[in-house]
Order: sequence, then C-alpha cells, then structure tokens
Amino acid sequence: MYINCMPWTKSFPDRTEFENDCKQRGESLRGLTYREAIREALTQVLEEDSNVFIMGEGVDDAGGVFGTTKDLHKRFGRSRVIDIPVAENAMTGVAIGAAITGMRPVFIHMRMDFLPMSMDQIVNHAAKWSYTFGGTVKIPLTIRSIIGRGWGSASQHSQSLQALFMHVPGLRVAMPSTPYDVKGLLISSIKGNTPVIFIEHRWLYEHVGYVPEDMYTVPFGKGVVRRSGRDITLVGISYMMFESLKAQEVLQKQGVSVEVIDLRTLTPLDEDLILKSVKKTGRLIVADTGWKNCGVAAEIASRVSEKAFKYLKAPIVRIALPEAPTPASIALEKEFYPDYNDIVAGVKGLMKG
Amino acid sequence: MKTQKIPRKILISLFETMLKIRMVEEKIIELYPDQEMRCPAHLCIGQEAIAAGVCANLKKTDYVFSNHRGHGHYIANGGDLDELMAELYGRVTGCSKGKGGSMHLVDTKNGFMGSSAIVGGGIPIAVGAAMSSAMQKQKRISVVFFGDGAVDEGTFSESLNFAALKKLPVFFVCENNFYATNSPVSARQALDNIYKRGLPYGISGLRIDGNDVVKVFEAAMVALKRVRNGKGPSLLECMTYRWKAHVGPDCDFETGCRPKYELDKWLKKCPIEKFKNSLLKEGILSVRDIEEMKGILRKEIEKAVSFAKSSPFPKKEELLKDVY
Repeated sequence: MYINCMPWTKSFPDRTEFENDCKQRGESLRGLTYREAIREALTQVLEEDSNVFIMGEGVDDAGGVFGTTKDLHKRFGRSRVIDIPVAENAMTGVAIGAAITGMRPVFIHMRMDFLPMSMDQIVNHAAKWSYTFGGTVKIPLTIRSIIGRGWGSASQHSQSLQALFMHVPGLRVAMPSTPYDVKGLLISSIKGNTPVIFIEHRWLYEHVGYVPEDMYTVPFGKGVVRRSGRDITLVGISYMMFESLKAQEVLQKQGVSVEVIDLRTLTPLDEDLILKSVKKTGRLIVADTGWKNCGVAAEIASRVSEKAFKYLKAPIVRIALPEAPTPASIALEKEFYPDYNDIVAGVKGLMKG
Repeated sequence: MKTQKIPRKILISLFETMLKIRMVEEKIIELYPDQEMRCPAHLCIGQEAIAAGVCANLKKTDYVFSNHRGHGHYIANGGDLDELMAELYGRVTGCSKGKGGSMHLVDTKNGFMGSSAIVGGGIPIAVGAAMSSAMQKQKRISVVFFGDGAVDEGTFSESLNFAALKKLPVFFVCENNFYATNSPVSARQALDNIYKRGLPYGISGLRIDGNDVVKVFEAAMVALKRVRNGKGPSLLECMTYRWKAHVGPDCDFETGCRPKYELDKWLKKCPIEKFKNSLLKEGILSVRDIEEMKGILRKEIEKAVSFAKSSPFPKKEELLKDVY
C-alpha cells in the first residue's frame, strides 16, 4: 500500500494491513499499535530509572488510560503508578515540585480538555521556572493528554488545544502520529529536562506500525518527510497526518505529486524542513486537528510567508476546524471534522491557482 | 514573652534575623525612589517574626517555598544578601541572574527552590517536593509560606487534601495579614478560621500571634517535629500585619486602602520592638550589643548594595537562554 518509504515512517489503520505490507515486501517486522508503543515506552523508562513515576486519574484502573498504563501498577507498584485526586491544577503543581527535586513525573490526562484546569501551573509555573530562576532549576515533567473524537464526545471531550501550549515559551509540544514516533518521543520527553505537553489522538491508538523493541529516542524539533513529491507541500498534524497520507494516495492517482511532512513536534517546530519543501513545490497546505484561528496552521503559514514568500505560487491553505465547539450529533460531527476529501479539494484548488 | 526555655544563642539569632530583614527592607525603601531597582517590591516589614521563627527550625537540606512577598523568607533561610540585592537591581549576579526580580528569588543550595508570584501557586509545588523527598526516602521536609489570599485559591484546599492523603512531610505556614492586595479577609472568607481549614482532611492547625517570634519559633518546632516524624502535614496560621502598601515602599492609608487607626494599632505590636524589650529586660542583649549588631548588619547591607550596583547587567545574549 505505501511504497518507497522506510518502515518507521509507516503506520497502518490496523494490524492486517501492516502484516500484508510486510508480506508483500518479504519482511518480518515487529508491529505494535500506537497504544502498545506508549505502554512499552513507559514500561522501559520506569524499568530504567527509579525516579520516573506515573500519576493521573485512573492510571491503575482496569482500563489503564485506554490501555496505555494497563497493569503497570502490578509491575511497578502503586507508589510509582499513582492514582490521584481529581484536582488537576494542584496535582500539576505537585508534579512540578517533584520534578524540581529529582523526580521525573509523567502526568496523564485521559482527555486534553482537562488541561485548561491546570493552566495556572502549566503556563505560570512549569513554563516559567527554568527561565525565571536563571536556569538554576529544571523541570523534567511530561504531561500526556489525549484528544478524543466522535461518538458524540461533544465540546468538552474532544478538544485539540495544541496551539494554546505552542504559544507559551518554555513548553515543548509533541504530537506524534505513528507508533514508532510515539514511543521514541515519549522516551525523549521523560529523559529530557523541560516540561513537555505530549499530545496523543484517540483515533491513532489502533494504528499499527514498526516499533523496535529497544529503547530509542526521537529528537524534538526534527520533522520527517513521509512522502516526497514535487507539486505541493502538505503538512499534517497528529491524526490529520493519516488523512494527509490518504489524500496523497488519491492525488497521486490523479497525477498530483504531494510531499507530505510530519513535524512530530510543534515546539520546537522544524521550520527548515517546511521551508526546504516549499521552496521546491511553491505550494503549501496545512492540515491540523485544531481550530483555524491562531492555530498551528496559522503559525506555519506566517513563517512560510515571512521566510519563503517569493517561492509561493499560490496562497497557503489551512484545513482546520470551523469556529465552533465540537457538536455531539453525528450529522453535525460529519460537517465539523475535515478529512482527506477536504485536503484533496484544497490541493486541487491550489493547483488551479 | 517567655524566653526562658530557648537557648540564648537562638534568641539572639532570632533577633538578628528579624533585624536583618527589617534593615534590608528599610534600605530598599530608601533606595527605591532612585528607580534603579526596577521591579515591583512587596515588602514584609511588620511580618519579620514569622520568617525568622520558622526558618530557625530548618535544616539546610529542607525545602522552602515562598511567594511574591519573599525577601524575609529568603534572608531567614540563609540566602545570600549580595545576590538578593543584585537581583533587585536586575544584575546578572543576582540569585536568578536578573530574570526573576524581587518576586522570584531562588537559592537552591539552601533548598529555596523558587518563589511564585501567583497567589497560591507555590503551595502544591511544596507538596510535590515533600512527595519527592518521601519517594526518594530522604529526610527532607518542605515548608511553604503563603498569605491569607492564597487560602481563597483552590490549590490550597487541593494541596491540603493530597498532603494529608499521602501523609507528606510538609508544613503549611499562613501569614494572615488580613489583606489580599486591598481586599480584606472579611470580604473574602465566610469564616475566620484559616487554622481550622486542615481539619476536614485530618490536618491539625494552630493560630498564633505572628508578631511574637518566640511563639512562632516554638509552634514551628512542635509542628516540624510531627512533620519530621512522619505524622503528616501541619498548618500554622500566624496573625500579622504588613506596614507598607501591598507593593512598593509607601504606606497605603493615605490613599484610603486601609484605615490609619488599624496601622497604628499594629505599629504598637512591632515584632522587633517587642522582642528587643524582653531581651533587654532579661539581660540577654544590651543596648550596646544591639547597636553593634546594627552596625555589622548596616555594613553587610551596604556591601550588598555596592556589589549589586557595580555588577554588570545581563548581556543581550542572555535574553533567549534557559527558556527550555
């Protein structure tokens, strides 16, 4: 299905597709789901460093945060896999206090919508501590949160708030789209010395891709070209990467050569990779899971117009959410979320221009 | 004041710490109009006994968390005066390299892990440090100073609950000066019972005269003994009053923020005068001793001011350093 690319740049919607792909190429690769990759990263880091611990509502319950922390308490004990009060702001402060005194906490929120409750500690404290105290105190803190979608999740169980966190200096923001990257970036986050807002997407959890068993890291600030192309640069964020790849396939059949870029982290943002691609293609479309106003796509568009304006052959297109909270009704949900068809339409519009 | 039970050396040191805080704050008042200390300074004149009395019970390895009104805590915990002054003057030799200013002091070698200027912000962080200490099987305990305003915040209740739940070694010290900026506590809190706020979580609390350094010292000693012995958190409410405006070197009764009679009442309860009189009466210090002490402190403070003023400003290359 996906030819001419390295195993770790691929991700399939399910295990059958992954295995078929391996068979076709006569390869035998280790495939894990996105969820399994997260759990494996946590297991390995907990194993390696006794100062790492996990905290969050329900991290030790039967479900284990959609399976990503399932049974970890059985192996590492409840003193390192800690269920906590539903007090997001203070508990973020607790995590910060632990982080500045030798520990490496991983604070997990089942929904990204719960992060606004801890905005004071994230924005006013975690993001500020290193700079405000002249680099004398570091905060090795990873905050995982998950974007929900569908089944009427509605306005408070579905938000993609990455732009809020990208706006604040002092926070790193990761949005991995493949099992390989989610493992490597989570390990990087936990081993690093900076607060990280680590954003996952619920619809990626079943995706399967190649994940080495070893502990490895994926660096912050390094995007990858998932598909190379000539005519247009397509930047896809998180789940929209998957829709971008679908769009690329459709467009390829129609003779449009699309270069697909996965940034993997939003702060730092691999600007060079985008600029290099846009200088080649002259066209840019950005597909984000969040809103359009002051969003990730807006930021990327302004950087490109600041630094590569003369290479642009057409206006930059943003595929993002319309200016409304998420509706519950399936009829409205369909209208609300863009998919590969919207990307294809956007690209076609650009190619005409 | 009952001073008999406390060793003479400690009594003198408590007095010296309070005097040092007072004299530093007065120096700031003197120099502030020059507009060279270009940061909001929240002075703690009138509240010195709390910082002095609590910190005299701490070990170098303990963690201390302060707030926007933090000069006293920093000094009482053994913070370097040169670095404090340099920080106020925005110099690179400041404790926070000139990036924090008066509200953001740090002194990691003495466990002073940074002060938040967001009301209530430091409370959960102190709880986290206590948890970290417990997880690492260390004996370090954590102390957090906050005002009555912080009690309004959700983080206060959330932190009390979690600290009690996990029996963490943390000492909550409320400096109740009756005002959050200019809002009186009576306009903000349903009941006048901050010291009882820990009770629903099983945390014992005590309200004391925060202008009596001996009482603060003794109450902190009792509370910290429990905290150190793994009995869980403790809460101390110290009643006090700030003499100056919420921020800056001026008084605020002229502007109508607080009534003059209220200030006058508290001026009579000066923590330093009160303690000085009993030390003189008991013959622990003489007038001459005190003058000598003041002379030494004056020199130390002058030295800190000239260190600050002669220190370089941060270079522009510093602007983007240490963000991550």
